[in-house]
Amino acid sequence: MVDKPRRLNLNQKYQLMTRGLDWETTYQSMDDVFPYDKYEGIKIKDWDKWQDPFRLTMDAYWKYQAEKERKLYAILDSVAQNNSQLNISDARYMNAVKIWMQGITPLEYAAFRGFAMLGRGFRGAGARVACQFQSIDEMRHYQTQMHAFSHYNKYFNGFRQFARIRDRAWYLSIPKSYFEDAVTAGPFELITAISFSFEYVLTNLLFMPFVSGAAYNGDMATTTFGFSAQSDESRHMTLGLEVIKFMLEQHEDNLPIVQGWLDKWFWRGYRLLGLVGTMMDYMLPKKVMSWRQAWEIYWEESGMALFNDLARYGLRPPKYHEVATKEKYRITHEFWSTIYQFSHATALYTWIPTTEELDWLSAEYGELFDTVYRPRYEYWDELHKKGERFFQKRLPVVCNVCQIPIFHTMPDDPLMNCCLVTEYKGTKHQMCSQGCKDIFDYEPEKYCQAYIPPQQIYQGNCGGATLEAYKEWLHIREEETGEYYGSEDHKMWEEWQAQAGKMAGADA
Amino acid sequence: MAENVFIALQNNPDAQPIIEAIVDDNPAAVVNDSPGMVKIDCPKRLVIRRETVEEKIGREFNLQDIHLTLISLAGNIEEDDDEFVLQWNF
Repeated sequence: MVDKPRRLNLNQKYQLMTRGLDWETTYQSMDDVFPYDKYEGIKIKDWDKWQDPFRLTMDAYWKYQAEKERKLYAILDSVAQNNSQLNISDARYMNAVKIWMQGITPLEYAAFRGFAMLGRGFRGAGARVACQFQSIDEMRHYQTQMHAFSHYNKYFNGFRQFARIRDRAWYLSIPKSYFEDAVTAGPFELITAISFSFEYVLTNLLFMPFVSGAAYNGDMATTTFGFSAQSDESRHMTLGLEVIKFMLEQHEDNLPIVQGWLDKWFWRGYRLLGLVGTMMDYMLPKKVMSWRQAWEIYWEESGMALFNDLARYGLRPPKYHEVATKEKYRITHEFWSTIYQFSHATALYTWIPTTEELDWLSAEYGELFDTVYRPRYEYWDELHKKGERFFQKRLPVVCNVCQIPIFHTMPDDPLMNCCLVTEYKGTKHQMCSQGCKDIFDYEPEKYCQAYIPPQQIYQGNCGGATLEAYKEWLHIREEETGEYYGSEDHKMWEEWQAQAGKMAGADA
Repeated sequence: MAENVFIALQNNPDAQPIIEAIVDDNPAAVVNDSPGMVKIDCPKRLVIRRETVEEKIGREFNLQDIHLTLISLAGNIEEDDDEFVLQWNF
């Protein structure tokens, strides 16, 4: 019998390949070489206690990532070669993909930059290795998404000039400001914001029900990059949870700082994900699950289990999570109503859901939907049929923290708009909620500097002080905006369907 | 009280033996099918055993290969060469 070659076990390999890679610097002090990892007040006694529970090492990382890429690109080639744009459920669906490309893909790039900073910024080698993997992952997500969407860009509006509209479009400051807030914080807050609050607590809502929805709606490209990216995310989530435990185990003084970050970044993340909920409820013609149901599974069940687990460190669930749970019956409807009224100022199309879709929403959301939102949609639908499609004539006031238009309602009164004001250095700042107001009031000097697009536009800093001048500066054509029915995408889809119908007729 | 851990895997042939192994080794596991994806919930603790997967596929299996089909998870991870465990410690 031949002896098997002796191999290192997983733990030995991890110890060898992530430890002893660094040294105590002597030419310059360690504090000068790593100038940012102390000023937030987080106290670390022993960086070697940092553990990646997956024990991923560089050799295994390259092997698995290469395999994932091979699988992904085989499918993307097949999508292009087989005209898979014809197989989606309906061209309205493509607007969810446009939001992804315009709003989410640039966040992958921002995350790549953020984690590259962390991969240099922490003084512990194990932490730096994990952040370097994640930085490369995020660049991969950005690239694979661009490659997947490039096929749809051949046919549908809204995908071109992504970089310009990322920088200039007023509504894209919602996702952009989230990451800019995170990367302008210190390294521990950044990793808490992204790896824990966003990835562990919240991205399951994006990558699981929505991507499963993409599969159900025949979008093989998005399904494939989505699940491929999420397999990296599960590593990032694990890193996020380990970071929290690491900080809390290192020093008791870290607890109030970490709790404050969790309160802040839960709320910011929740506000951002309202957009994803809207994609699920309104932009997937074939439904997998509603936002309400996803919230119950991924927050009320999984999120609470996580915080039950973290209670032994003294952490409590994030502030205002009960408000988020109350809002599960309304947030997507308030969001869609807003996008519907402003889509003439976006590179997206919007529409009133079909009767069957309204019935599904009624079944999922019950009385509140039937008394508040459905009548509103039916009224707008009547206006549209009379040739008076409703659009707002001006851009909205947006929250000075989350940058979402101030459309949210009071936690206990869905008929009362919520707008809270802080006056700071002679300027009034509007916020959408107590959660966002607390964030502003804690760091007013940071948020009073935020770039608020509608204010900049009306000051004339974006091509001129009118909506028309602004749209020209944005390089958006009228044909790319507004109502879906009658749009270029709609007409093209109808032609494709008619051709397919003719072929089916010929067969018979 | 919320207490489930979960693991979600792509619904493809590579994941099938892993799913079967989980069901064999975790009697309380509940398998939820969704388009393109399988999500397995289990109260407090879920284990994937290398040997069980190897019995299903009839060859050696490296537990780290679950990275190729893994979509998401919830729970604290303990992983060595023989077992991949997700658990809540409360």
